[in-house]
Amino acid sequence: MTDAKNEILRVEGLKKYFGSSGAVLHAVDDVNFSINEGATLGVVGESGCGKSTMGRTILRLHEPTEGKVFFKGENIVDYDKKQMKALRKEMQIIFQDPFASLNPRMSISETIIEPLIIQGVYDKKDKAGLQKRVRELMDLVGLAERLINTYPHELDGGRRQRIGIARALALNPKFIVCDEPVSALDVSIQAQILNLMQDLQDELGLTYMFITHDLSVVKHFANDIAVMYLGQLVEKAPAELLFKNPLHPYTKALLSAIPVPDPDYKMERILLQGEITSPINPEPGCRFAKRCPLATAECSGQDLVLREVEPEHFVTCRLVQ
Amino acid sequence: MANLEKTASEQNSNISTKKQRSLWQEAWRRFKKNKLAMAGMGFIMFLIVIAIGTIIVDLVTNKSFYDAYVIKLDLRNRLEPPSSAHIFGLDEFGRDMFLRMIWAIRYSLFMGTIAIVISTIVGGVLGAVAGFYGKLTDNVIMRFMDILLAIPSMLLAIAIVAAMGTSITNVLIAIAISYVPTFARTVRASVLTIKDQEFIEAARAVGASDTRIIFKYIIPNSLAPIIVQATLGVAGAILSIAGLSFLGLGIQPPTPEWGAMLSNARTYIRDAWHITVIPGMGIMLTILAINVVGDGLRDALDPRLKS
Repeated sequence: MTDAKNEILRVEGLKKYFGSSGAVLHAVDDVNFSINEGATLGVVGESGCGKSTMGRTILRLHEPTEGKVFFKGENIVDYDKKQMKALRKEMQIIFQDPFASLNPRMSISETIIEPLIIQGVYDKKDKAGLQKRVRELMDLVGLAERLINTYPHELDGGRRQRIGIARALALNPKFIVCDEPVSALDVSIQAQILNLMQDLQDELGLTYMFITHDLSVVKHFANDIAVMYLGQLVEKAPAELLFKNPLHPYTKALLSAIPVPDPDYKMERILLQGEITSPINPEPGCRFAKRCPLATAECSGQDLVLREVEPEHFVTCRLVQ
Repeated sequence: MANLEKTASEQNSNISTKKQRSLWQEAWRRFKKNKLAMAGMGFIMFLIVIAIGTIIVDLVTNKSFYDAYVIKLDLRNRLEPPSSAHIFGLDEFGRDMFLRMIWAIRYSLFMGTIAIVISTIVGGVLGAVAGFYGKLTDNVIMRFMDILLAIPSMLLAIAIVAAMGTSITNVLIAIAISYVPTFARTVRASVLTIKDQEFIEAARAVGASDTRIIFKYIIPNSLAPIIVQATLGVAGAILSIAGLSFLGLGIQPPTPEWGAMLSNARTYIRDAWHITVIPGMGIMLTILAINVVGDGLRDALDPRLKS
């Protein structure tokens, strides 16, 4: 797939099923991809397609049912508790809802200090060192120093999200899963936070896995985009290529739904008909077949894998030559 | 890069950095603004000081003052109404009502508090374990609590005292047990709402252990409802103790206790109003004060209501 030399994360056959006997929900089903160091992979898909679960499973906040996650060449699924704790310094997560992701009983400084103490980067008693680091991080994410002792409920969504980012950056991670970090924010603040994240990436050389349901957000932000549908990746390509030449019928429908800020523009929306396949005990075959305008009988019955149809461009759909 | 993202208001602001103040200090600041709650708190403090005073008197005089005045009978002057010599009058055995009232505080207030402290700890631990670990543990604990809840708490207390015999310790145990399920439910509910929040996941993502999560994330966030519940529970427990005493299952005569005093006095309500009204007022005012403090705490401990 990609140059193995500067690859930071590779996911192989990752599966996460919920529930045991009878009804098994296939939240993430056999996902394969890799991310290069310093790059951004955008993961897009509709609500409930397993994007967030995938992000959390990669960080082992959920235990994967099956599959391997290689971080810097090592399979972290085999890591024990102690190794995992050490690894958390390198992989972090930014959450979707800045109102739920901060402990309401902790001030900004306490929230940012927390990872530093847990990981033993600073000693609990080293007040001066901790304060210095907190100020550094607050400055880095653009929070005014006077807010250092305020509590989350006193701040607006944008500032809270900055705290979340500062907490994620506190340990100098290499890789960050961004779980819809801007979808809970106002549009004006979305842009600020996205710019901030981009600046931070340039400055600190971060690698992002950027989960979102908003294609326009990842268009300019991501190097590669992976489209997810019901727990599976259906298409993956460099951002520009995907927008120029979408191949999977689902991707085409998604792209056609992006609003264009021009009242005279006639949108040719592809409206999907039919019901979403249930992710509980799904039948083998293309999961999109029930809603796909091009589907034939051969689309069901056999599981599909990502095929490279043109350089760097992967798609599952069997109708694409 | 840093100033790139700062909003104008932040850059121009010359507001100085807020002082580091813990949320408890903030809560106290808010509580102080509530005059009614402060009055209630003042009244309870007043009662506590008097109760401690009477305990000291008992210790210093080795109960000789208690024997000579508090439980001394003066049948010739029984049911004497309030006068300058006896400001609360004399009861049906000619005992000084004022002394009996203040000697009784310790039983009502302290026993109520101790009973609630016990049930908060027991119920809190059970509820937290049930909520945090879920599944079978949760089911076993909570179904047992449901069984206890199904029996009216007063009836349960009566049954326990009747089975174990009347003594101060047994009354305490009875009251404590009858309040355990309420606390277990409260704690479990708040643990359940908190443990699935994203900030718990954020803590896991930086490598926090279960113990740290319980003590630094779950407990501080579930403490407020528990404190409020406990405060209000003390009022309930005082009533239960008074109720048990009223039924003759609580504190035994001649030891003064408000509920028992009320119970014994009810025969004489037509002849001497003061011996029923005074202990009744004592119970009512104490419970009112505790409830007012409880309400004040509920408002003060919720940071979202902050003004």
